[in-house]
Amino acid sequence: MHIPIDHILVFTSILFLIGLYGALSRRNAVGILISIEIMLNAVNVNFIAFSRSFASSPESGQIFVMFAIVLAAATAAVGLAIVLNIYRNQKTIYTDEIHLLKW
Amino acid sequence: MVLVMDFFISNKKLLGWISVLSVGAALIFAGTQTYPATGLFFNFFTIDFFAQFFRLLALTAVGLTILASFAFKKIPVSLHGEFYFLLLGFGVLLTVMGAATNLLMIFLAVESVSMTSYVLTGIQKFNKQSAEASLKYLLFGAVSSASMLFGMSLLFGATQSIDLLAIGSAFQSANSGMHAIGLVGLLFMLVGLGFKISIVPFHMWAPDVYQGAPTPVTALLTVAPKALGFAVIIRVLFYAFPHLASHWGNLLAVLSILTMTVGNIIAITQADIKRMLAYSSIAQAGYVLAGLAVPGVLGLRAVLIYLLAYLFTNLGAFFTVIAVERETDSNEVDAYDGLAQRNPFLALSMAVFLLSLAGIPPLAGFVGKVFIFMAVLKADAIVLAIAIALNSAVAAYYYFRIIRAMYLRTNKTVTPIQNPLSLQLTLITTFVFVLLIGIFPSHVIHLIEKALTQFPVF
Repeated sequence: MHIPIDHILVFTSILFLIGLYGALSRRNAVGILISIEIMLNAVNVNFIAFSRSFASSPESGQIFVMFAIVLAAATAAVGLAIVLNIYRNQKTIYTDEIHLLKW
Repeated sequence: MVLVMDFFISNKKLLGWISVLSVGAALIFAGTQTYPATGLFFNFFTIDFFAQFFRLLALTAVGLTILASFAFKKIPVSLHGEFYFLLLGFGVLLTVMGAATNLLMIFLAVESVSMTSYVLTGIQKFNKQSAEASLKYLLFGAVSSASMLFGMSLLFGATQSIDLLAIGSAFQSANSGMHAIGLVGLLFMLVGLGFKISIVPFHMWAPDVYQGAPTPVTALLTVAPKALGFAVIIRVLFYAFPHLASHWGNLLAVLSILTMTVGNIIAITQADIKRMLAYSSIAQAGYVLAGLAVPGVLGLRAVLIYLLAYLFTNLGAFFTVIAVERETDSNEVDAYDGLAQRNPFLALSMAVFLLSLAGIPPLAGFVGKVFIFMAVLKADAIVLAIAIALNSAVAAYYYFRIIRAMYLRTNKTVTPIQNPLSLQLTLITTFVFVLLIGIFPSHVIHLIEKALTQFPVF
């Protein structure tokens, strides 16, 4: 079965926007990290769809996705470590309660 | 390159000196290398004089920062090994960033540089401000990386390639639908990169991060990733989209005016010197952006000169902040009252750095500003030129506030401030370079013209 590229683009755009909305509206730092993962997954689907549908060299898109997955995992690891650190320091991970630095 | 480090040496001081020496060796090696522009690893990298220039820039910043951080007491001693390692890795990643000419490499380099900076920001594990700064940096940075990546995926879809030059040629022959997708992709990418160089309206993270991070890290973050971020933007725009130059030129001009105005106006009211310098560095990014807003050789040359001048000036200013923070344990502007009596050299060098940031002759910042101004006027961008002039006047106000505090006010405590050797060394180096670039700019201009010889400018 062949899915037209437009449909996939609409799907990934919606996915990306859901992630963006989550990242901007969530109060919980871990929730924000999860939203960011959703955004990155939208990107990955995009790459795969494009490389499948018409790229002359499909492997470059696929390799890109491999790297993106690895770096997303690394970001999540670093991110959780930082969230853990902030919890140890301030006993909260709700972003609206973390406001030592402000103008 | 510098890589091998022994982490089993118990004397952390020694470890630091080894790092400095290795960066120095890499600098000499990089400085003496000359060969024609070559593509490495299937053209994923391009080593040309442009990349070379940014490599020198990045290594200098990293080396001076390591040297200055010996004097910074607030990082736990048990973490010093990791700290130096991260800084060295940071240097390597920055050089990769300057040489990347491929979407994949750009993504990898930008992302790993950001990730290293999150960790560096939070290296004071038991300090609440440092932890909070790193969390904010992480959240903003990750969202911006995601949007940059989304832009890259659209560009890839529109042009079926991830090589910048191939994207450029494919983009011109693309049909209108693909053209539109590619343009949206470019916009998303610019949003992501704009976050990294903290241009308004993507600057919200910068003051918090710069204030909360350990001072040596702040010094590095305001200089090196910013300069390399500009390098990436220059590569993307000039390699892939030269035919759209007038469009992105206008866009960048608007962003540039916004950036310098917002940065300068908010900086006036700041009471914390690190925060004030943070806003000032946002404003400085606006001036650099003005050079890019008038696409062409002149603008590009101005950008590189400005970045080099800004490197030494801003590093120097933050190193002075380290020296004062060490003694007074405060970053308030009040801590600078009567500094001229407590340590005349420190006050003099701070004054020189601030005047250079304000663009007073005969200092480095003045040379940078003159070239930016010349490029803008040559391109008949009158509005932009007026904005730069007005902003320089506003900026001078808050720089002079510090200088007044140092020379005209008196402090209750008059004990002299001692400088350790390493910090003194970095201060002298930056001081000398700020003066040298200001008085003999021809050498720098020669170097930069060489850097641009292998660059495809229209």
